[in-house]
Amino acid sequence: MLDYLKLLILGVIVVCAAIAANYARDMAYMVHAILVMLTAGGLFLWQLRRTDEPVAAEVLETQYMDGPVRAAAIATAFWGVVGFLAGTFIAFQLAFPQLNFEWAQGYLNFGRLRPLHTSAVIFAFGGSGLLAASFYIVQRTCAARLWGGNLAWFVFWGYQFFIVLAATGYLMGSTQGQEYAEPEWYVDLWLTIVWVAFLGVYLGTLLKRKEPHIYVANWFLLSFIVTVAMLHLVNNMSVPVSIFGSRSVQVMSGVQNAMTQWWYGHNAVGFFLTAGFLGMMYYFIPKQAERPVYSYKLSIIHFWALIFLYIWAGPHHLHYTALPDWASTLGMVFSVVLWMPSWGGMINGLMTLSGAWDKLRTDPILRMMVTSVAFYGMSTFEGPMMSIRAVNSLSHYTDWTIGHVHSGALGWNGLVTFGMLYYLFPKLWGRASLYSLRLVSWHYWLATIGIVLYAASMWVTGIMEGLMWREVDAQGFLVNSFADTVAAKFPMYVVRGLGGVMFLSGSLIMAYNLWMTVRRGPVAEATAPAAAPAE
Amino acid sequence: MSDDKHPEEQILQEGDPNTTGHVWDGIKEFDNPMPRWWLWTFYGCIVWAVIYTVLYPAWPLVNGATAGLLGYSTRAEVAEEIATFDAVNDPLRVQLESTELADVSSDAELHNFAVQGGGAIFRTWCAQCHGSGAAGAVGYPNLLDDDWLWGGTLDDIHYTISHGIRNEEDLNAHYSQMTAFDEILSDEEIDAVVAYVRNISGQEADATLASTGETVYLDNCASCHLDDGTGDRFIGAPNLTDAIWLYGGDEAALEQTVRYARFGVMPSWQNRLSESEIRSVAIYVHSLGGGE
Repeated sequence: MLDYLKLLILGVIVVCAAIAANYARDMAYMVHAILVMLTAGGLFLWQLRRTDEPVAAEVLETQYMDGPVRAAAIATAFWGVVGFLAGTFIAFQLAFPQLNFEWAQGYLNFGRLRPLHTSAVIFAFGGSGLLAASFYIVQRTCAARLWGGNLAWFVFWGYQFFIVLAATGYLMGSTQGQEYAEPEWYVDLWLTIVWVAFLGVYLGTLLKRKEPHIYVANWFLLSFIVTVAMLHLVNNMSVPVSIFGSRSVQVMSGVQNAMTQWWYGHNAVGFFLTAGFLGMMYYFIPKQAERPVYSYKLSIIHFWALIFLYIWAGPHHLHYTALPDWASTLGMVFSVVLWMPSWGGMINGLMTLSGAWDKLRTDPILRMMVTSVAFYGMSTFEGPMMSIRAVNSLSHYTDWTIGHVHSGALGWNGLVTFGMLYYLFPKLWGRASLYSLRLVSWHYWLATIGIVLYAASMWVTGIMEGLMWREVDAQGFLVNSFADTVAAKFPMYVVRGLGGVMFLSGSLIMAYNLWMTVRRGPVAEATAPAAAPAE
Repeated sequence: MSDDKHPEEQILQEGDPNTTGHVWDGIKEFDNPMPRWWLWTFYGCIVWAVIYTVLYPAWPLVNGATAGLLGYSTRAEVAEEIATFDAVNDPLRVQLESTELADVSSDAELHNFAVQGGGAIFRTWCAQCHGSGAAGAVGYPNLLDDDWLWGGTLDDIHYTISHGIRNEEDLNAHYSQMTAFDEILSDEEIDAVVAYVRNISGQEADATLASTGETVYLDNCASCHLDDGTGDRFIGAPNLTDAIWLYGGDEAALEQTVRYARFGVMPSWQNRLSESEIRSVAIYVHSLGGGE
């Protein structure tokens, strides 16, 4: 009966998408409608061939559901390479504007590729990594199979479909112009459906857990899922111009819109890139180091402090703008108070190695994870510092911000995700170990040196251009033109691009290593992991 | 039973602190206290935050927000900085507006003020087209040389900045329009006149073609660019005998110019900049080397 219902729904979607494509008012909408039509049509045929066939054997409730984890792990590696490639290319577009090719104007110029890069690394690479982490960790630490049957598969494929819609939309100029929330209204609606399903799977699994307590990683992952849902809904309140077009108008305007946008933008960093990845860190570091978490008390206090404080820090993105001074002050103050709660995670991550520091010499995966925590500590110190109004008056709108973001994104999010993938692949494909630890070392050094080149060059250009912009002579006249500051940054832009090349090469080495682990890695003794509580 | 299900349970070392007793998938937790330095720094930040929000505008109320004991405001800070410079510069501005442009250079302080201020205005408003060093680009005149389309005296430059060129916003803008000869001259005549123009500007050109071109030139072009090709500043007709080209002096660029003409536009600045600012920029541009 359920099969017939699915067929009916898919059929209706195909027809509606065809109508939408026919009446489409812009290209992005039409391409997306056709994409929906083809996808739903394919699913319809697939479902039709399965309907009334004998049902496969019951799944064992005592076994973990690792299919979606495997798929998400592969997607993480794939999107990582895509995102880093896009980033490296646009870095060179800034250094050499000729790379904005005439024949690709309107599709592959910097303005179109930049949101593609940010979304590919944050939402495609980071998001798929968080899906893999959430589904893997919640099962292991709850000793329970994922709740909702194939709903986890819907979450995985639904999220990948969201990524495809968002990325193709950017290239065709479909954007609502809100940084990190660029996708238009119908893509937002689709993500909402997927995210609610994600929350459902996660909460359902937590509820049927066989462990008495909820592990700290799950607090962070749940706060990530819940808060991102809230951020997404509020910042995407918009009215479509036409139901057959991709354009929409934001409900809020002016400084209210700016404030909502940066409340969203800052907490996308706070809950997507910090809380979510702390969840990752809290499972994989103790696992890889084979040492207990340093302090349970610290984890409680820094969790609640972080969750409470982060949500107020957004206004520091709008110092010296139309935002009233009081809001600006509060944003700054909350950001500075956030310093220690952020460092709580770093301390717990680093100190978990006490008694196991020697492993850093022999285990490049652990080295990667620990370096990521070090970068986390550095950028969560740099962030509060840059939120101070006086510092911000120099750093705002400069490349310093870009350097700050990348030391966090490449150093913290990137390295901890690589560490997770190196841990997960042998486990998920039943391999005794990785294909090559030497290649992990190569990846580690390429990535680390790449990040250092990136961050250092952006500090130099950022502070230089900040000083050049504000330089006035004795009579208060500006000394430099904007074009002078752009010209002065050129050498550092090349260095930044080279850092990107190194980081990208490292990720390619990783992709090869993971691929070979699945293909040729030494097979582990067959022990199907069982979903049972520890005690 | 728990043994074979959790082979990965973490094994404690000698001297390890107590754990909380929880185990998840083999992971345990130590019952360590929070590091004291961490806790005290956290408290310190909170205390600092409270004090800071008392001193600075911070807490929203029903109408407005607390102003803070220091009475600080970002806008007041900027206004104060601007006022400081205005106090120094205002007398010079007044003086600049009431002095004949030609006489400014005799007053060293005033001249310096005009050149520095004009340079800053140039780098803000003019550099986008003319380049931050004023060397221009294709279609945007170089202001460092002594070749002037509409005149290079202080008054000429002042007029051009005030009203602009071929714009629709200012009735007093310089205006002229070259004819597009694409449908007036034959292809052979266009080739010939291009060769002639290359010839008189000292570039290589086919001699026979150029001599044919001279007739075409005299019949069609000389009324504006004059018989000798030196141009006419009154209507902005460029000098064709020098090596300076606004749109390029190669054959392809010249043919493009002859066939379809050019229509360079410069905005009018009289409603965007103050009189003293326009005077400053005029003096700055005049001082770059080519001023007449």
